[in-house]
Amino acid sequence: MGTLKKLELAVGVFVVLGLAAFFMLAMKVSNIADLGEDKGYKITARFENVGGLKVRAPVTLGGVRIGRVVGIDLDARSYEAVVTLSIEPKYDRLPTDSSASILTSGVLGEQYVGLEPGGMDEYLKNGGSLKLTQSALVLEKLIGRMVTNAASGDKPPAKTP
Amino acid sequence: MIEGLQRLGRATLFWFNRLGRATLFLLRLLGALAALGKRPGLIVKQLYSVGVLSLPIIAMSGLFVGMVLGLQGYANLVDFGATSSLGTVVALSLVRELGPVLAALLYAARAGSALTAEIGLMKVTEQLAAMQMMAVDPFARVFAPRFVAGVIAMPLLAGIFTAIGILGGYFVAVQQLGVDSGAFWSQMQAAVRLVDDVVNGVVVKSAVFGWVANWIAVFEGYDAIPTSEGISLATTRTVVNTALVVLALDFVLTAIFFGA
Amino acid sequence: MSATAPAVPNGPPDTYPLVTVRGLTFHRGDRVIFQNVDLDIRRGGITAIMGPSGAGKTTLLRLIGGQLRPEAGRIEVDGACVHELGRRELYQLRKRMSMLFQSGALFTDLSVFDNVAFPLREHTRLPENLIRTLVLMKLEAVGLRGARDLMPSELSGGMARRAALARAIALDPMMILYDEPFSGQDPITMGVLIKLIRTLNDALGLTSVIVSHDVKETASIADYIYLISDGLVVDHGAPDALERSSSAWVEQFLHALPDGPMSFHYPALPYAQDLSLE
Repeated sequence: MGTLKKLELAVGVFVVLGLAAFFMLAMKVSNIADLGEDKGYKITARFENVGGLKVRAPVTLGGVRIGRVVGIDLDARSYEAVVTLSIEPKYDRLPTDSSASILTSGVLGEQYVGLEPGGMDEYLKNGGSLKLTQSALVLEKLIGRMVTNAASGDKPPAKTP
Repeated sequence: MIEGLQRLGRATLFWFNRLGRATLFLLRLLGALAALGKRPGLIVKQLYSVGVLSLPIIAMSGLFVGMVLGLQGYANLVDFGATSSLGTVVALSLVRELGPVLAALLYAARAGSALTAEIGLMKVTEQLAAMQMMAVDPFARVFAPRFVAGVIAMPLLAGIFTAIGILGGYFVAVQQLGVDSGAFWSQMQAAVRLVDDVVNGVVVKSAVFGWVANWIAVFEGYDAIPTSEGISLATTRTVVNTALVVLALDFVLTAIFFGA
Repeated sequence: MSATAPAVPNGPPDTYPLVTVRGLTFHRGDRVIFQNVDLDIRRGGITAIMGPSGAGKTTLLRLIGGQLRPEAGRIEVDGACVHELGRRELYQLRKRMSMLFQSGALFTDLSVFDNVAFPLREHTRLPENLIRTLVLMKLEAVGLRGARDLMPSELSGGMARRAALARAIALDPMMILYDEPFSGQDPITMGVLIKLIRTLNDALGLTSVIVSHDVKETASIADYIYLISDGLVVDHGAPDALERSSSAWVEQFLHALPDGPMSFHYPALPYAQDLSLE
């Protein structure tokens, strides 16, 4: 019976180790908050060009992650990209005139949506939309414009449209 | 030419024949599962031999694979000044591919071959026939518990492999190469998704691999020619076939989960 | 073909043969193992089936046990046609018969005690202390009560067979099939096994079937002997009757003569021709 007890104990330890590994993968390696993401409120932002933005990309404000991209669609009439953002409920005081830009983390990093708060007293609610947006930088367009500007002798514009 | 075609035809028929027998075997195995519910002790005993005894090789391999990933990832990312993404690289490689696949390959070598040899030897020494003559169904008493234990053990082993691998990567990256600990974990967390990566990668993949690896191992033992040469052949086939099937299935699963 | 087809059973049920085989035909590949064989196994006796190696003796046991199916003919055990039973009924029938395999076929991952307890634990819901009592009784009967904690790998060949015998009688079967119980044993072990088979048969009211080519040992305990060769029953009868048989083949087999009707040589071309001397 002694060996059977030892065997059962070893199997018990094995199962606990396995579950602990999954616990670690869930809590430490991935972001368990993924699952609670639907609690966030949704706002939309229209962009001329989203570049390489992907669903689930982070949404940040002041460098802090406050939500995720949950949908990217094309408005077939205006040919604009409609990006749906899910913002965590605790960040419920975003002014309605906030602006959104598509930014890149590092030189080759992933693209994400960065918000800049506005000054209005009214706050965005579920279903609201951001009016002021700035599209992604598309490298080819940027270079193309620099080339044409250099050829025509103008200075390159400080800001992309 | 004719002879070559004939040989090809014979080989094809041979493999279809084996596949058919393996399928019938699996169906009988699944039919015997109900009886197993009353005897959980049988599974516990097999969990020990396929799970606990596989732990050392799984843990050691996971650690080294993770450390190698840390070194290689660092060497490549440092040129782009992107070493803060090292956690992402290590974790995604392990969670999506290396964890389930390598754990399954190691499992085939460590536990699958042992299962085949054990069952083959039980056949050679007439233990299976003796069991049948005692009115005990070897499917319920021998094959099903081993199969179920293997299917349970495989995801647990893959999870342990992956977790230890990530810790190994952490050790190299943060302790040895000076990557920022906070960046290592936070970049990882931002990129690794629970359902899409961890569940689909580690859990689903390794459950599928565990299913085929144990099916192959138990069937090869059952189907072995009852001589010492036959068992050695069957053991080799278990390891080779499991490796091929796991890698092929991994491609299919990756295409489904992570492709496009 | 059997010399005489046994009479159709009639009379009180306990005098029916326990096993009747009629018109049994079985091939393995192109080789004929049995060709229209008839034989009866009487209740309460020890019936021996003897023949040269490769005569299909073990196959016969597997046919009786329902592990193989005959191509033609009927095999009835206690009134039930073995190869027509469903799996459930076959397993019910098998609980009442045991087979002692040539190697013993002990479960190598279980101790001697657990091996003997195996059929009891699988087929009964007896409490553990009762199982212990039963196992020790069976082990005592084969003289291995002291070896209960050994693993099969620690047993000698003779001990392994005795342990397997204890396992075979664990469920008090009506019949035990012995596959070559004496082969490869030293004389003392053989003596022990002969005595055990006889004693157990008589004490437990068993029916025993021994398949063997060890003529002297088998003849010394068998009540009835069938001689099988080339798929046919060559002769059958009580040992002393066979001893007086006029058949040259029986004479050769029982007295282990190197040459006779059963040729020493495997069929071959004439020797001189084979050596290219002609």
